[in-house]
Amino acid sequence: MVGSGDIITPLIMGFLLGGLYALIAMGLSMVFGVMRLINLAHGDLVILGSYIAYALMAILGLDPILGLVISLPVMFALGFGIQKYLMGRAFGISTEAPLIIAFGISLIIQNANQIAWTPLSRSLNTSYSLMSFSIGQRQFPLSYLLDFIAGILVMLALREFLTRTYLGRAITAASQDKRAAQLMGINTRRIYGYAFAIAMLSAAIAGVFMGMTFPFTPFSGISFLTIAFGTVIIGGLGSMLGTFLGGIILGMVQTLGGYFFGPASQMLIVYIIVLLILAIRPQGLFGR
Amino acid sequence: MTSVIFAKNRREKAGYTMSHGVLLKITNLDVFHGTFQALWDVSLEVRRGEILALIGANTSGKTTLLDTISGLLHPAKGSIEFEGKDISGLDPYQIVELGITQIPEGRCIFPDVSVLDNLIIGSYSRKARSKREQNLKKVYEHFPILEERRRQIAKTLSGGEQQMLVIGRGLMADPKLMLIDEMSLGLAPRVIDELFKALKEIGERGITILFVEQNVKRTLQEADRAYILETGRVALAGTAAELQEEDQIKKAYFGL
Repeated sequence: MVGSGDIITPLIMGFLLGGLYALIAMGLSMVFGVMRLINLAHGDLVILGSYIAYALMAILGLDPILGLVISLPVMFALGFGIQKYLMGRAFGISTEAPLIIAFGISLIIQNANQIAWTPLSRSLNTSYSLMSFSIGQRQFPLSYLLDFIAGILVMLALREFLTRTYLGRAITAASQDKRAAQLMGINTRRIYGYAFAIAMLSAAIAGVFMGMTFPFTPFSGISFLTIAFGTVIIGGLGSMLGTFLGGIILGMVQTLGGYFFGPASQMLIVYIIVLLILAIRPQGLFGR
Repeated sequence: MTSVIFAKNRREKAGYTMSHGVLLKITNLDVFHGTFQALWDVSLEVRRGEILALIGANTSGKTTLLDTISGLLHPAKGSIEFEGKDISGLDPYQIVELGITQIPEGRCIFPDVSVLDNLIIGSYSRKARSKREQNLKKVYEHFPILEERRRQIAKTLSGGEQQMLVIGRGLMADPKLMLIDEMSLGLAPRVIDELFKALKEIGERGITILFVEQNVKRTLQEADRAYILETGRVALAGTAAELQEEDQIKKAYFGL
């Protein structure tokens, strides 16, 4: 065993980190649930959220969380536009076309970020992101706690939105049965636009908290895409709560994997678990 | 002065005939699924306030016709006029907004949300939202079981209750015309009786109904008029009484 010290520390770390993973996965889950599209660009959209926050911090000196006031409307409009002018048209061509468009968006974001910010590693350092808090004798980074709180808040907000508002109900309906939704007078094309835009909002928020937790480069998107995949596979599609719990399980598997088998193999352990779940319960632990 | 009164009388007369006039007029409709032609030169009229049946075997084109009226499919040729306006190029949501609601076959409820949430989503169109509470009351009057079960997750309802839910959800859209696709499919006779009774009551509220069925005998008992589709063409049309006497029908459907 590589593990040193007690097992409680990695358990709590993984649990808190799971909030961030859930936050990253919610947008992927929503786009897949509504449009049946695996958005290959999702990880890069999260990183785009990180870079927007970085730019606002570097240029305006704006706190990354406050920066959301600017980045959220930008990301929302961008999401609506991508759906309307790119994905929407691609859906009319074939089922593969949107996938290729997503891949293209991913490449464009990566290279644009590289041109704008160089391939050097960046992070969103604030006075509080480097602080720590303690539970008993144990010290934890404050950013992990912020990740968790953000994850819970976004999850609850999305749940309320999806179950209480007409627009949210229409998104839910379109994801459960598109034809029936159309017959209810729901303009599914617009609903797709909103779903993509809302996924972009969650990506912007995820980008901020990810950037305060881990350093990132223009090419970090892929690792967060795989984490989002894992989370959605564990949690199952269909419910925000399922995605949230999926994130927590993934976070804990990762930190426990690191504790028992060393940090080099922690993601390997995660993907073995993901594969096992795919084999035994393909709809996910909390999926329908 | 006299001429003004005369004109007013005529308008009122016209209004009277309007309410018994044509609500939906389909003319020479050709519809394709890819390269397969599903409807051939179909013409049909739905009159205001009637209960009209569309009868035919599987693949006769009934569902295709409903989907074309609903805007899920667009015709290659021909026109669909609703209240005098051509709607054949509109999107499904615009057609719902105009007052045509389809109750699809196979009881496609939204399975994972409550009965009440299913009903509420039925009132999504702008026009229907303001009448939501009012229409919800009507739905509960027709189907009291839905009020009892309103908090239940929709997929836990029985088949008959699910069918009531889809009809109720359709009513929430505040329609002028309801298109109902094979509501009796796979249900017990007692439940079917209940559904037809509800249909009659809905008709009495002034909602025009076009329903699709395979069971000819039963359908002719319930409808005012009927069209019979065969392989995408209108084979026969007439009042229910006329069709019951039609030799062709007796031979083909009643085995006489």
